[in-house]
Amino acid sequence: MARAISTNRKALNTAAAGTLGFLMFFPILWMIVLSLKTEEDAIRAPLEILFSSGWTMESFGAVQARSDYFKHFSNSVIISLGSTFLGLLIAIPAAWAMAFVPGKRTKDVLMWMLSTKMLPPVGVLIPIYLIFRDTGLLDSRLGLTFVLMMINLPIIIWMLFTYFKEIPSEILEAARMDGASLREEVIYVLTPMAIPGIASTVLLNIILAWNEAFWTLNLTAAQAAPLTAFIASFSSPEGLFYAKLSAASIMAIAPILVMGWFSQKQLVRGLTFGAVK
Amino acid sequence: MGRIQLKQVQKKFGEVEVIPPLDLEIEDGEFVVFVGPSGCGKSTLLRLIAGLEDTTSGNIEIDGADATGLPPAKRGLAMVFQSYALYPHMSVRKNIAFPMRMAKMSKDEQDKRIESAAKALNLTDYLDRKPGQLSGGQRQRVAIGRAIVREPAAFLFDEPLSNLDAALRVGMRLEISELHKRLDTTMVYVTHDQVEAMTMADKIVVLQAGVIEQVGSPLELYHTPRNKFVAGFIGSPKMNLIEGQAAAKYDATTIGVRPEHIGVSTESGDWPGTVGVSEHLGSDTFFHVKVDGFGEPLTVRVGGDVDLHYGDKIFLTPNPELIHRFDEKGLRIG
Repeated sequence: MARAISTNRKALNTAAAGTLGFLMFFPILWMIVLSLKTEEDAIRAPLEILFSSGWTMESFGAVQARSDYFKHFSNSVIISLGSTFLGLLIAIPAAWAMAFVPGKRTKDVLMWMLSTKMLPPVGVLIPIYLIFRDTGLLDSRLGLTFVLMMINLPIIIWMLFTYFKEIPSEILEAARMDGASLREEVIYVLTPMAIPGIASTVLLNIILAWNEAFWTLNLTAAQAAPLTAFIASFSSPEGLFYAKLSAASIMAIAPILVMGWFSQKQLVRGLTFGAVK
Repeated sequence: MGRIQLKQVQKKFGEVEVIPPLDLEIEDGEFVVFVGPSGCGKSTLLRLIAGLEDTTSGNIEIDGADATGLPPAKRGLAMVFQSYALYPHMSVRKNIAFPMRMAKMSKDEQDKRIESAAKALNLTDYLDRKPGQLSGGQRQRVAIGRAIVREPAAFLFDEPLSNLDAALRVGMRLEISELHKRLDTTMVYVTHDQVEAMTMADKIVVLQAGVIEQVGSPLELYHTPRNKFVAGFIGSPKMNLIEGQAAAKYDATTIGVRPEHIGVSTESGDWPGTVGVSEHLGSDTFFHVKVDGFGEPLTVRVGGDVDLHYGDKIFLTPNPELIHRFDEKGLRIG
């Protein structure tokens, strides 16, 4: 029997969830409001939430006029897609091996990989910066792609590992009984079954790479700067321009937000529906 | 052809010996059932035959040829798994075609075999569906279809019915028996359910802790169990095993009496007792009777119309000719 929840309790839960949702959404809402105001209205205190003096798109125009949005946008696309693709090339075989042919140390290796995520990135900033300077990778898309790939690799491997683990070994054994070689087993059975898992890993990794700010700010200047650096450039020596900063932020997060919205289903979809039981 | 011989086959996982060296012969066309409680090694034994596990030592011969080192696909055996193990991204047709596709069989031949398997298994209307759109029984039939089209030397079944509900299980049991009669191919079937074993097998192999306790036809096992374990495992409801005074009277450490071999009277008999819980099946009734001086209550099987109630005083008398006697080691006497 389902646990009984009283109507009052239900209303309370709905209200609490609604409040929490609103609180989480509030900064974004605030940013949208600010981006549609003039600079003068944006810094006025107390701030008027409603648009008494009308709303304007001028900040968006100003942002695009001051710096080339599309260059940063294309940098972001190249870096996030590139790092994801490179990461998959390494992570798929790695996760595959650990999920299906685990050794004595597989657990330790997985934990060790995860532990690298516990290190504050700033701890290795100086060595990496110096390596980049000496190898000429500073402010290059190649260098940034590589760094982001390395940073997200543990997460990709972990995610793929858990997805692969969910593929019932009986199905692979059935393929073996049916006469499939290892190569055929991988191509015809494993990969098609793992595609939803690979897809959600890819999506998450693109989002992580798109939003990464520490390394993109520290290792780029003008050439390779992605959208995160583009936002940061608006909180600059000339002072804070709230309206323009908000407009820039919205322009930076909009593509990934839209992508995330449309791929929600894929992100949470289960793996092997109907395969067993 | 499908003659399988195990010679001194042993399996260890690390230091743990799951199956001590054993010998077993499965004749061509036989329906052999491995039965035993969970963890007795019956599935491991099947997987050794299939080639999904490597033997630690010993040889497995299929039709006289050594198959010990062969990969699963090269042994000419087909397996039906407990979880069906269908390929969820393929249609029923593609699932059934998969082994033939791997064997590079011509498209025409594939279609021909798919059609005939689908017809035999009532799957014709479902060929274009995905496994996720089928019921449990249909999925099991697809798994069987995938095995049939290969025309294997032998079929291996690993508890194929345990995920189905009771009614469906009885139906599938008949279908598999029917299939065996029609194809006349060797079948090796693993189950923990002794009713399945009794109803389907030509030959039952009773296993406990990796050791073969007895091999024989269902009726051999029922009438002359070799030891206490087999006696208690085969037959439903379970055989009553009685120790102490009552057993000593028959020159045995333990005697076994099947519930259907005990007479009930309200007036006189060997063992006075009190009726406990009763289970009415309509055709039969099982009484659990507490007998004075016996530790465990005895199960007695009587006709469906016997009118006895909880707490009634009754007398039980075993049929002396159908009493099984066991020595102190649990082995059968006589």
